Amino acid sequence: MAIELKDVSYVYGAGTPMEVRALDHVSLTIPDGQFIGLIGHTGSGKSTLIQHLNGLIKATEGDILYNGRSIYAEGFSMKELRSKVGLVFQYPEHQLFETDVFTDVCFGPKNLGLDKEEIQARAREALELVGMDASYDEASPFELSGGQKRRVAIAGVLAMKPEVLILDEPTAGLDPKGRDEILDQVALLHKERGNTVVLVSHSMEDVAKYVDRIIVMNHGRAVFDGTPKEVFRHYKELEQIGLAAPQVTYIVHRLKEQGFPIDGDITTVEEARRAILEGIRNRK
Amino acid sequence: MIRDITIGQYYQTESVLHRLDPRTKLMGTLVFIISMFLADTWIGYALSAVYLAAIIRLSHVPVSFIVRGLKAVMILLLISVGFNLFLTNGEHEIISFWIFHITWEGIRQAFFMAIRLIFLIMGSSLMTLTTTPNQLTDGLETGLGWMKKLHVPVHEISMMMSIALRFIPILVDETDKIMKAQMARGADFESGNLIERAKSLVPILVPLFISSFRRATDLAMAMEARCYHGGENRTRMKPLRYENRDRLAYLVMAFYMAAMIALRSLL
Amino acid sequence: MGIIKAIKLTYDYIKRDEEGNPDGVKRAVDHVDIDIEAGEFVAVLGHNGSGKSTLAKHMNALLLPTEGTIFIGEKDTSDEDNLWDVRKTAGMVFQNPDNQIIGTVVEEDVGFGPENIGVPTEEIWKRVDESLKAVGMTAYRYHSPNKLSGGQKQRVAIAGVMAMRPKCIVLDEPTAMLDPNGRKEVLRTVRELNRKEHITVVLITHYMEEVIEADRVFVMDDGRIVMEGTPQEVFGRTQEMKDYRLDVPQVTELSWELKQDGLPLSDGILTIDQFVDEIMELYNGGNGRGDAGAVEAPGMETAQR
Repeated sequence: MAIELKDVSYVYGAGTPMEVRALDHVSLTIPDGQFIGLIGHTGSGKSTLIQHLNGLIKATEGDILYNGRSIYAEGFSMKELRSKVGLVFQYPEHQLFETDVFTDVCFGPKNLGLDKEEIQARAREALELVGMDASYDEASPFELSGGQKRRVAIAGVLAMKPEVLILDEPTAGLDPKGRDEILDQVALLHKERGNTVVLVSHSMEDVAKYVDRIIVMNHGRAVFDGTPKEVFRHYKELEQIGLAAPQVTYIVHRLKEQGFPIDGDITTVEEARRAILEGIRNRK
Repeated sequence: MIRDITIGQYYQTESVLHRLDPRTKLMGTLVFIISMFLADTWIGYALSAVYLAAIIRLSHVPVSFIVRGLKAVMILLLISVGFNLFLTNGEHEIISFWIFHITWEGIRQAFFMAIRLIFLIMGSSLMTLTTTPNQLTDGLETGLGWMKKLHVPVHEISMMMSIALRFIPILVDETDKIMKAQMARGADFESGNLIERAKSLVPILVPLFISSFRRATDLAMAMEARCYHGGENRTRMKPLRYENRDRLAYLVMAFYMAAMIALRSLL
Repeated sequence: MGIIKAIKLTYDYIKRDEEGNPDGVKRAVDHVDIDIEAGEFVAVLGHNGSGKSTLAKHMNALLLPTEGTIFIGEKDTSDEDNLWDVRKTAGMVFQNPDNQIIGTVVEEDVGFGPENIGVPTEEIWKRVDESLKAVGMTAYRYHSPNKLSGGQKQRVAIAGVMAMRPKCIVLDEPTAMLDPNGRKEVLRTVRELNRKEHITVVLITHYMEEVIEADRVFVMDDGRIVMEGTPQEVFGRTQEMKDYRLDVPQVTELSWELKQDGLPLSDGILTIDQFVDEIMELYNGGNGRGDAGAVEAPGMETAQR
C-alpha cells in the first residue's frame, strides 16, 4: 500500500519556445501512514506533483504506481483513485457551491455512487473530524468565517474516506489562529485515522512541528528528502533556493559556532529551550 | 480546450499594426467584415485572403497562434458548414437521402461559408491581438463619442468591456482550477446524457459566479480608491492621435474596399 | 496633528436579514484613537475579524465612521468635499493582487490613477516612469499583469498608488496571498519607499515577521487597539501576544521561555544577534565582565532548580 513515482517527468508546451519542464525525473515513494511535508517556492513543481498523485495531470514520462499497479494501465479507474487519494486544493473554500454545508460535503460521496444513508453518515463524520458540529449543517457555506469555510471544504474531501490526504497550502491566507486550528486538526486526523498525509507548504516552521519527512522541491526536482532534522542540516543550501530553515535552526547553529555546546539538529523552540538550559547548567 | 480561446486576448510584440491608432483598427475590422459579405466569387475570396495574409504578416503575430483561436469556434463552424452542405438545393445533385441533398452548389456554398467564417474570426481576432483592451476602450470611446449626445454612456460601456477583457484569462484559469477541484471530489464532466452533463456544470458555475462577484466588488473598491469617478475630467496617458501610418492605412482600406465592390459588380 | 489622526473612531456594520431589513449591528471598530506622524512606518497587527481592515478602509474614505472622526492630512473624511483630497493623500493597496489591477499592460495600470485625477498627459508619463522605478518594475512596463508573480503584481499596485503622489500608503494585508519570496519583495519595496521617499506607511497584516522593522505597532483585537509600542515593546509582552493568539518570532519566544526558566535575558529580543550575544555572555559569564556576572547569578539559581 503505497504510491510510487518512477522517473516521472511532466513537460508542457512541448516543442514550443515556451516549453516548461515542471517535473524533472522525480522518483519517490510515499508509504502508508507517513506524514510528509512537501516544500518549495512557487513554480518549483510541487503543485504539479500532487496533481499527478490522483491522476488530474498525466505524466509525460515515467510511471506512477498505486498499491503496485500503474495508474496509467488500461482499466485502472481514475474515479476510484481520486476517492482513495483525496486532494484539497489551495483556497478550497472557493469550490463550495451548495446552499448548505451538509449538502456540499455530500457531493464527494454522492459522486462515488454510495447509498443515501452511507453518504449522510460520511458527511456527518467528516464534518465532525474538522470540528464542525451539527449546528452548522443547515448554514450557508457563505455565512461562515474564512477558517470555517476552509474546514468545510476539507470535510468535502474527507467524506470520500481517502487513504491518502493531500493538502495544497491549507493555511494560505489564514491568520495564526486559523492556521494552528487547521494544522492541529490535520495532525489529529493523521494520528487517529492513520491516514497518509502530504502537506504542501511554504513554511518550514509550520511543517517542522508536525511531519515525519520533508521533501524539498526545486526546479521540478526533489532536491532534499528526509526527516526534518536531516533536511534542515542543509539550511545553507535551502537558503540558496529561496527557502529558509526555521529561525531556531539558525539560532542553534550560531550558538554552536560561538562555542556553546549544543546539538545542531534542533528544529523546534521546545528542543532549543531544553538544550540551552542544559548547556548553561553544565558549563564548566 | 478553454485555454485555446484567443478572441479577446492581446499578443505582446512590436509591429506596425500594434502601433496603429485603435480607431483605425476598429474601422479596418469593420471594413473587413463588410468586405466578407461582398465577396461571392473565387477571385473575391482570393483577394481577401491575400489582404488578410498581408495584415497577419504585418502584425508579427504567429499564424499558429491565430489558428489556435479557431479551435474554440470549431463546432459553430461545423454546424454552419453542415447546414450549407446538406440543405442547399441545386441542380447538380451528387447524393440524396431523406431530406438531405448534397449538391455541387451546396459544396460550393459550404466551402465559401467556412472560408467566410474563418476569415471573419481571424480578422476580428487580429484586432484584439494587436490592441490592448485599454487602447480598444479608448478607441471605442473616442470613435463613438458622438453617441454621448444621444445619452449613451459610451465611457462606462467601454470601461466595462476593457475590464471584461482583462479578466477573461483570470477567469479561464479559475474555471480550470475549480474543475480540477471538483474532479478531485469525484465529479465527472464527460459522461452522461445532455441533462446530466448540464447538471454537472452547476458545481463549476456557482463557484465561478461567486468568485466573479467577489472580484467585481474588490475591483470596484480598488478603482474608487484610485479616484475613479467615471469619464468626467479624466485625462489620458495615451491620447489618440492619427499619424501618417493611420492615414496610409485608411488609404489601403479604401483601395481594398473599392476593389471588392468592383469585383462584385463587374463579375 | 499627525498625517492620520483618528478620534474615538467607531464603525458599525449593519447586518441585514433576507428581506434586507436591518437585523442587528456588529461593531467592527470600537473607539479607536490613533495619531500617525508623517514619515512613520506603522504596522497594525491582528486577527481576521479584529477590525484592522475596517480601520484601514477609513483611511481612504472607502468607509465613513459611524461615530468619531478621522482626519487624513488634517482633512475630515466625513466631509464629502474632502473626498478626493483624502484619496490623493492616502493611497491604498489591497490584499488580492489580481483584483486591483485595472490595466492590461503594466504601465497603463500605473497611469490609471493619474488619469482619474486629471493629470496632464506628459506629467502622467513622468509619474509612471518614476513610480515604476521606485518599485523596481521598469523592466516589466510593457508586460501583461497576468504573467507576473504575486509579489510583482503587488509592486505594480504600489506603483499605481505612488503615481498619484500620496503622502501616505495604506496596505491592507498586501502579502496575505503571496509566497515567502513575494512577501519579502513587497516588504522590501515598502520599506524603501518609507526610507527614500519618506512616504508614511500603514501596514495591516497578521504576519509578525513583517512588523519587526516598523517604527510602531498597534495590535487590534475585537475592534479595539489593545497594545501599542515599538516592536520590541509589543513582542516583549510575549504572554499577552500569545493570549491574543498572535505569533511572535521564534527567537523572541525562545528567549521569553528561557526567561520563564529563570535566565536573565532582556525583554523582547527580536534578533538572533542579540539573543546569541546574551546567551554567550551568560555562558561565558564570570570570566571577566562584572555586571554580566551580577545579573546572571540569581538567574542561574532558578535555572538549576
